Amino acid sequence: MTRPSPRPALVLGGATLLFLAALLAGTLVGPAGLTPRGVLLDLLDQLPVVAVDSGLTPRQQVILWEIRIPRVVLGGIVGAMLALAGATYQGVFRNPLADPYLLGVSSGAGLGATLAIVAGGAMGSGLVPPAAFAGGMIAVMATYALGQSVGGGRAEVVIILAGVAVAAFASAIQTFFMQRHDETLRQVYSWMLGRLTTSGWSEVWTVLPYVVVSVGVIALFRRTLDVMAVGDLEASTLGVAPARVRLVLISAATLGTAAVVSVSGLIGFVGIVIPHAVRLVIGPGHRLLLPLSLLVGATFLILADIVARTAMSPAELPIGVVTAAIGAPFFLFVLRRSRGHI
Amino acid sequence: MTVALSCRGLRVSRDRSPVLHGIDLTVPTGAWISLVGPNGSGKTTLLHALAGLIPSAGHVEIGGLSPRRAGRRKIARTVAMMPQRPIVPEGVTARELIRLGRTPHIPRFGTESPRDDEVVEHVIDRLGLRDLASRTATTLSGGELQRVVLGRSLAQEPRVLLLDEPTSALDIGHQQQVLDLVDSMRRETGLTVVAAMHDLTSAAHYGERLVLLDRGRLIADGTPGEVLTVERVARVYGARVEVLGRRDGPAVLPLREPGAGT
Repeated sequence: MTRPSPRPALVLGGATLLFLAALLAGTLVGPAGLTPRGVLLDLLDQLPVVAVDSGLTPRQQVILWEIRIPRVVLGGIVGAMLALAGATYQGVFRNPLADPYLLGVSSGAGLGATLAIVAGGAMGSGLVPPAAFAGGMIAVMATYALGQSVGGGRAEVVIILAGVAVAAFASAIQTFFMQRHDETLRQVYSWMLGRLTTSGWSEVWTVLPYVVVSVGVIALFRRTLDVMAVGDLEASTLGVAPARVRLVLISAATLGTAAVVSVSGLIGFVGIVIPHAVRLVIGPGHRLLLPLSLLVGATFLILADIVARTAMSPAELPIGVVTAAIGAPFFLFVLRRSRGHI
Repeated sequence: MTVALSCRGLRVSRDRSPVLHGIDLTVPTGAWISLVGPNGSGKTTLLHALAGLIPSAGHVEIGGLSPRRAGRRKIARTVAMMPQRPIVPEGVTARELIRLGRTPHIPRFGTESPRDDEVVEHVIDRLGLRDLASRTATTLSGGELQRVVLGRSLAQEPRVLLLDEPTSALDIGHQQQVLDLVDSMRRETGLTVVAAMHDLTSAAHYGERLVLLDRGRLIADGTPGEVLTVERVARVYGARVEVLGRRDGPAVLPLREPGAGT
């Protein structure tokens, strides 16, 4: 069997076009009575040397630039980061099931964020991302240490089991604190369901530095991730220090994941579904898998957010509900198609 | 005579019980040493310790490097190891697997240069893998995979090649092909080969020296004729054999009944 080798430029170009289309769709669609024509003209008006009258009132312009567009951008960043982190975890653990959820990162970050809120920080404050990061990092390290200490021949299975236990433990502590501080219950609960509500650009600026660092570090290791696929012993003979690579990449992926989770809440299935779908199309090479996961993850979450905003308008669905509702059946489809070749 | 590899008093422990008890070995540049011994005698452990893949005590030097102190990349440019049971990642083609051999030559965060591609294509031609190169590695037969993984080791352009039972998955014809190929590379490029081998006859045919391990100790080191005696094989392996002295080296023949060969 030979594998179809897609043209990288073609695939990346196509994914970029889809991403831009999703960006535009996310900007055009919404309640608030903004006409697509007005929005388009207003976008054009932002271009240098172009000056057109969009016909939007100042209030509508605020809705467009301070509510709708930041939300679309945030959705793109969150989706891109979750998908990239998923691809990275799957690579370093050599496990197709590894994702921020199953490794306990999300629950740990959730616990950290909850503690920060209980301690008095408001959602979106500067305190929440570092607390979420610390929680996520501690959780993934605990998962890793537990998996290592059990050892044995089925390390990939053990690590997932350890992740499930760590996640359950973190959730239990989180629930305990939520019960004790029920004034935070609503805030934390809506966060847990996942949501992309924003207040202007502040969330975007909060997560962006962490995400840029995380993406940058992961991108440096794109070829090393291919080497990691042959296992620790063979990677060592090929000149890679697997333990060190794993530590750096887990830290980087967790940094980005924890940052986006701290503002978006628990948005499931993106980290696991997107990299698998991409792998089915272009194969396992990380040089293409990583940028494509980034683009497709961003596209997917922007589209999911359109559904979340419009499906039950004027009420909003939590976006985590949408991603799980689309992601779970899709995941089963992928699983069947792969026939065990994951 | 320059020395490619040497160890003195090399000891390895696993879970606090010793696995190798002080191995002394010197291998001259360009030689082929066959490492033999029963299952669990420590052949693989010795290869891993020589390559610096596992913690060990005692003196080791390989290709002028100390494997415990030199960085992994530096070692991988000098020493390649072909594992006994290679791990084959899903969806990777044979060519991509061979390209991984260039890893130590590629800048840490960089990608392949034209020269790297050249080496890979040369190895593919050399091992006759042209037809397999774009197939996914998981669909290869055991023998094809073994040649691909050997190709990956050769793409590292090592000065010392450690082989861990390189022909265990191959039929007799492919065994000879692979071993002949390694041997001709050795003659052409001055590659040093240390091969752990199961089959005593091929070990004797290709190795100018045989090193026999038993329960973590080196118990014989010499020419194939010196090492492979009926008594020693009987004692170490608990096997009934006849050793035939042939022009191309001793051949070890298993016997159905004691004394049937005489």
